[in-house]
Amino acid sequence: MTTKIFLQQLTNGISLGSLYGLVAIGYTMVYGILRLINFAHGDLLMVASYTAIYGIAMFTLPWYISFPLAIIVTGFVGIMLDKAAYKPLRDAPRISLLISAIGASFLLENLALVVIGGVPKAFPRPEIFAKVVSIHGVRIQVLTIYTPIITILLLFGLLFIVYRTKAGKAMRAASMDFETTRLMGIDLDRIIAFTFLLGSTMAGAGGIMWALKYPQVNPFMGVIPGLKAFIAAVLGGIGNIVGAVIGGFLLGLAEILLVAFMPEAAQYRDAFAFVILILVLLFRPTGIMGEPIVDKT
Amino acid sequence: MLQVENLHVYYGGIHALKGISLKVEKGQIVTLIGANGAGKTTTLRTIVGLVTPKEGSVIFNGEEIHKLKTHEIIRKGIGISPEGRRVFPNLTVMENLELGAYNRPPSEFQKDLDWVFSLFPRLAERKNQFAGTLSGGEQQMLALGRALMSRPNLVLLDEPSLGLAPLVVEEVFKTIQAINSQGSTILLVEQNAMAALNIAHYGYVLETGRVVLEGAGKELLEDERVRKAYLGE
Repeated sequence: MTTKIFLQQLTNGISLGSLYGLVAIGYTMVYGILRLINFAHGDLLMVASYTAIYGIAMFTLPWYISFPLAIIVTGFVGIMLDKAAYKPLRDAPRISLLISAIGASFLLENLALVVIGGVPKAFPRPEIFAKVVSIHGVRIQVLTIYTPIITILLLFGLLFIVYRTKAGKAMRAASMDFETTRLMGIDLDRIIAFTFLLGSTMAGAGGIMWALKYPQVNPFMGVIPGLKAFIAAVLGGIGNIVGAVIGGFLLGLAEILLVAFMPEAAQYRDAFAFVILILVLLFRPTGIMGEPIVDKT
Repeated sequence: MLQVENLHVYYGGIHALKGISLKVEKGQIVTLIGANGAGKTTTLRTIVGLVTPKEGSVIFNGEEIHKLKTHEIIRKGIGISPEGRRVFPNLTVMENLELGAYNRPPSEFQKDLDWVFSLFPRLAERKNQFAGTLSGGEQQMLALGRALMSRPNLVLLDEPSLGLAPLVVEEVFKTIQAINSQGSTILLVEQNAMAALNIAHYGYVLETGRVVLEGAGKELLEDERVRKAYLGE
């Protein structure tokens, strides 16, 4: 393999990994606060993509309005998801929450299947993202460069909210102790809703970039990236936001490099990701950045 | 200021509070004493809405509060230092205090903080330390300070002396008295009956979910039944 191809693959890996990381943030935030793997989280990618398509196709909005709008809509779909599927189960055993999450995921997928249909829709790709630049002979689509940059910017914005704002402090308090958080006069349900809003917004941004990268949108498009992002979250240490992004980068790189070095194994890349999950769970269940998580009562 | 009337609480099939009534007047220290499982903590938890009573009412400043949610009750002007202190271990001392002030106008924060630091100089020294690294006594100070950061009309203290060394206990009770003399009304739940009755204006003795005895703090200290049952004489 030439250096050129290697560099090309490296940028691809970073780009893919940053997408995993962006989606993994939502898993990790919701897990941190509810100790729940929100399996419907991946489907938010699909929600964002379809919303963006309809914004452009039906309402003839320019992409720079339609995309942010789709991201915001996805954030609110996340809040509704919490209200409908998780809030009624706040005091229920955690396994009920998990089952509800799987149910919510199926509901979103099949709702999209019924309403929109299973035929993949083409995602409109604005010229600005599709351009190809050549850096020292390495040809890269600009989207591949934008993706990790946008991810890092969003990560810093998010860290600012979580560590520097009042609502962020309340979120961190809630991730340790629900009851005492309420005793501070904090409306816990609002804080949880806010957590879903932030995580889902990240998934929305991830969904748009995913659809720009693979411009075929169908009701099940969120399943595999969702699962990969979940693996990234576990790899990074679930509950840890920075860990989620690092886990995403590592997983994306590992996957792309596997494909690059062993092209004949390319069809096993999804299986490879799950092998990583199993290994992490076996040998370091707390992930790279994770601390042992106290079981909340 | 606070009036609890005929409170009945069930945990599943267990009748935990069997008609508790009590009163806290403005400016007082009122204490609830009694053995483990007498219903002291349950009474506090019911007042702040963590437990819903089956019967009875809680009236705070003339307003029924027992149907409100916890955060709404707290916002009426109640601060609480919960049982076991429950500081947020992975947050700094400062962040813990900021959360105590969650519903206060930001313009008041510095003033309130200076006040709490004047009561607990140790917290000022350790403000950037994680709360989980504090000693038990310091964590209790933090829990108290955090409750005071909301400038509450009424402060609820659940077993502030639990698990602390005797010298530290003494300090805690002195601080409670100091806070009271600066105008805070206090409802104090304690197993350490002697220390609690010593500083309380009024006391209630709880046994298996009922008030079995009440009276002025000093009176209860003299009471033979109290001395026998709780002061080990």
